[in-house]
Amino acid sequence: MNRRRDPFTVPILLLFLILVLTVSFAQAAGTKSDASLPSDDEAIVHLLNRIGYGPRPGDIPEVRKLGIDEFIEKQLSPDTIPDAGLEMRLEGFKTLKMTTAELIEAFPPQGPKSRQANAQPRGRRPGQEIILELSKAKLLRAVYSERRLQEVMTDFWFNHFNVFAGKGIVPWVVTSYERDVIRPRALGKFRDLLGAVAESPAMLFYLDNWMSAGTSPPADAGDPGRQALRGRHPRWFRDIPPPRPEARPAKRRGINENYARELLELHTLGVDGGYTQEDVRQVALAFTGWTIAEPRRDPRALFNGRMHDGNQKTVLGRTIPPVGGAKEGDWVLDLLARHPKTAEHISRKLAVHFVSDDPPPALVARLADTFRRTDGDIRALMKTLFHSPEFWGPKARQVKTKTPLHLVVSALRATGTETDGGLPLLRTLREMGEPLYLCQPPTGYKDESSAWTGSNATLQRTRFAAALTENRLPGTRIDLERLSPPAGGGNARGTVSLVGRLLAGVDLPETLVEKVTRSAVEEGGPSPDVRRIAGLILGSPAFQAR
Amino acid sequence: MLTRRRFIADSMTAAGFLLAAPLSGLGSSPAPESSGRRRKVLVVVFQRGGADGLSMVAPHGDPALSRNRPGIGIPKSGDTDWVIDLDGFFGLHPALSPLLPFWRDKRLAIVHAVGSHDPTRSHFEAQDYMENGTPGTKRTPDGWLARALRQEGGNGLRSLALTHNLPLALRGDPTALAFPSLASLAGLGKLRGYETIYGPDERVFEIVERLRALGLSRLPIGDPGASPRSPFGQAMREMSQVIKADAGLRAGFIETAGWDTHVNQGGSRGILANRLKDLAEGLAAFARDLGQKLDDVIVLTMTEFGRTARENGNRGTDHGHGTAFFVLGGDVRGGKVYGRWPGLRPQDLYEGRDLAVTTDFRDVAAALLAGHLGIPNLQTVFPGHAPRHEIATQVLG
Repeated sequence: MNRRRDPFTVPILLLFLILVLTVSFAQAAGTKSDASLPSDDEAIVHLLNRIGYGPRPGDIPEVRKLGIDEFIEKQLSPDTIPDAGLEMRLEGFKTLKMTTAELIEAFPPQGPKSRQANAQPRGRRPGQEIILELSKAKLLRAVYSERRLQEVMTDFWFNHFNVFAGKGIVPWVVTSYERDVIRPRALGKFRDLLGAVAESPAMLFYLDNWMSAGTSPPADAGDPGRQALRGRHPRWFRDIPPPRPEARPAKRRGINENYARELLELHTLGVDGGYTQEDVRQVALAFTGWTIAEPRRDPRALFNGRMHDGNQKTVLGRTIPPVGGAKEGDWVLDLLARHPKTAEHISRKLAVHFVSDDPPPALVARLADTFRRTDGDIRALMKTLFHSPEFWGPKARQVKTKTPLHLVVSALRATGTETDGGLPLLRTLREMGEPLYLCQPPTGYKDESSAWTGSNATLQRTRFAAALTENRLPGTRIDLERLSPPAGGGNARGTVSLVGRLLAGVDLPETLVEKVTRSAVEEGGPSPDVRRIAGLILGSPAFQAR
Repeated sequence: MLTRRRFIADSMTAAGFLLAAPLSGLGSSPAPESSGRRRKVLVVVFQRGGADGLSMVAPHGDPALSRNRPGIGIPKSGDTDWVIDLDGFFGLHPALSPLLPFWRDKRLAIVHAVGSHDPTRSHFEAQDYMENGTPGTKRTPDGWLARALRQEGGNGLRSLALTHNLPLALRGDPTALAFPSLASLAGLGKLRGYETIYGPDERVFEIVERLRALGLSRLPIGDPGASPRSPFGQAMREMSQVIKADAGLRAGFIETAGWDTHVNQGGSRGILANRLKDLAEGLAAFARDLGQKLDDVIVLTMTEFGRTARENGNRGTDHGHGTAFFVLGGDVRGGKVYGRWPGLRPQDLYEGRDLAVTTDFRDVAAALLAGHLGIPNLQTVFPGHAPRHEIATQVLG
């Protein structure tokens, strides 16, 4: 009998025990979504980079004090967060509070004739002032609003339901589109958002549905659609003036598939959602008559029963019941908003935005489940997301390449910079490939890293970092005092570490500290300028990720 | 009854025979690049949004055309602005008249009823397929142009996209560069220091330095007024500068937007005509600017799909299928419309509504890669697709 014990057995057993316990704890944390959330500084920075546009000076202690759970809860109810600071900054932005009709009066669009005269050189296009102010306001909100998640989600949904402010009347309706349609519903119900978008002049115009007309007029002159709509949306109902006798006699009719296709492909089911070309056509027929009243004076949604197709329609294998003209579109939206493919498509898109470019299928499935259970409650989806282990896991950290907007805003926030959101910044965004409100295709800007990396990205981003830290962007002033180490501070490396920590909120990776130090010393000698160090860090690959 | 014209092209299916030059690269032996042969360049112009092939190159000899398009057709004759007849059957949109001299010089060829056989009518999906070169397979991470260029040595300025972001067609070429314009490279003098941080794998700083050293701004650019002021015209002008600088460029990529003409696309004049004018003026200025150098260059225009054969309710057209590509350059056996014409009668149309695709876009691309750039291995460029360029060798004998 050998009673001699190997001196290593006990420690190894202990180690093994600890390992088992750790793993099972980790697993427990990984499977139970209601486990308490991580609260270390790295986790807080991670959260701030996703729930908003990155940390500002003072954010980390504030979140720590409030507690991560409580912070998330507050962000999910933006109306409860005071935002006086931002409101003050936006005070002078008159167009933000104007109705579409007022905007058209203040910034008259040119008639067809003078538009031809304008075909030559540049000059400011009509309506451009509106977009300029809206763009500045968007930047200021992203930088200064306390309602971080609301801004991120407003951007997310605007991009999901993209309209291009370079087309027709869109410059005049886009202010109201973002303010009245998107922002108030950014954390609401998906069906509500989808419906508000569908009947917005911005979308009706951008995807041409306002001109789409059925090929056969409804047999019954009583026009049930108009009646139906009157009951549902008094504000939406307008009397349609009788046709003027001088109007061209037999205006040709026909559908336009543009909205119907993007509704299925982009807004709801997704490109693999299983619909056919015939479904596109039938959806287009269902939406005939959803048009715009007075598009060039006071654009409002209008259902025009005379444009509506009177035939029976079948969408995704289901025949639309005789609900009446305008309500056929509503019926289609109901069907699409509650379709499992929509739940999946939206869930995946959210996971790509908030977690990673190739999100874990289990997470997408849980989100889709939340979507179905809550009838597309966006707030509930966000809760599922922020309480998921996948959101906090190592595979979600620093894996998203910031979009140009996120990069610019996060740099301004990290440095506590004062900005007016003016043209130099907007130009920077344009050169990086993300001009605000000017994404032409209905797909919106891409969210995947591959869309935002490459030679132009590297050049423009490093150029921006240098310009910002050297105060070469008029209207934007960086405060370097805050970054300066105490007088008589340590060596270059120590300064780099310190500045890095102030900018990123957490310690920079050692390799980066080393590289920045080397580069800074090469250029600036043994005690390099804080300005230079900050510029190198903000332009570094690490700062491009979130 | 089959008209004579419907046969023209039957004998010349696929696109490999576009090339007038001896096809030494077609087949297995790569073109000897270093041994004195001049460097060939392929420039892809992508018309994003789905350009209407039936307006760009109108089959005016097909009686079904005007029946399908009463409101947006281009008149066969009239006071002004009628279709420019090319061969008795096809005609050029009047706004494309700047391209006519190149057609007459046989340096402009057209491929019609070309596109992808994938049925998608989604912009982004169809664009991705046309750029990754694997229709039906989304996950292909790189582009066909990149896979072709990877077969070449060298790490200089091999490919350049004058776009904000690297297009999928060039993704996967480690040397590919993308800038919206060369002018955007100005004022980068203060960027030194980032090389250390990005490390030797990020070559953009070095290449920008070299681009600047080439003194691009000092290059003769012909008559600057000759290029349209539009972003497309300026991009074409800059591309010709880079080509003339002889910096090793093999492939260029330029994109142009505004082709998604759902509403009021117009006939001889209008929205589409304006876009076509820009396209033609940009291409023509590019070709003129290159002068002799055009002998070494081919421009291929592509677009993700064509548009419905019938106009829609708003004098526009919706997403369709087959379309037309232009091939412009020195090596081109031009003055001809290639491809089999499928016809426009209801029974001829793809899914009853669109011009059918009779030439796979990959056959056009493959012919140019092999015959012009001398890319040896097309199997890895278009996996699972056997390009039909054997016909090309027959035709050119």
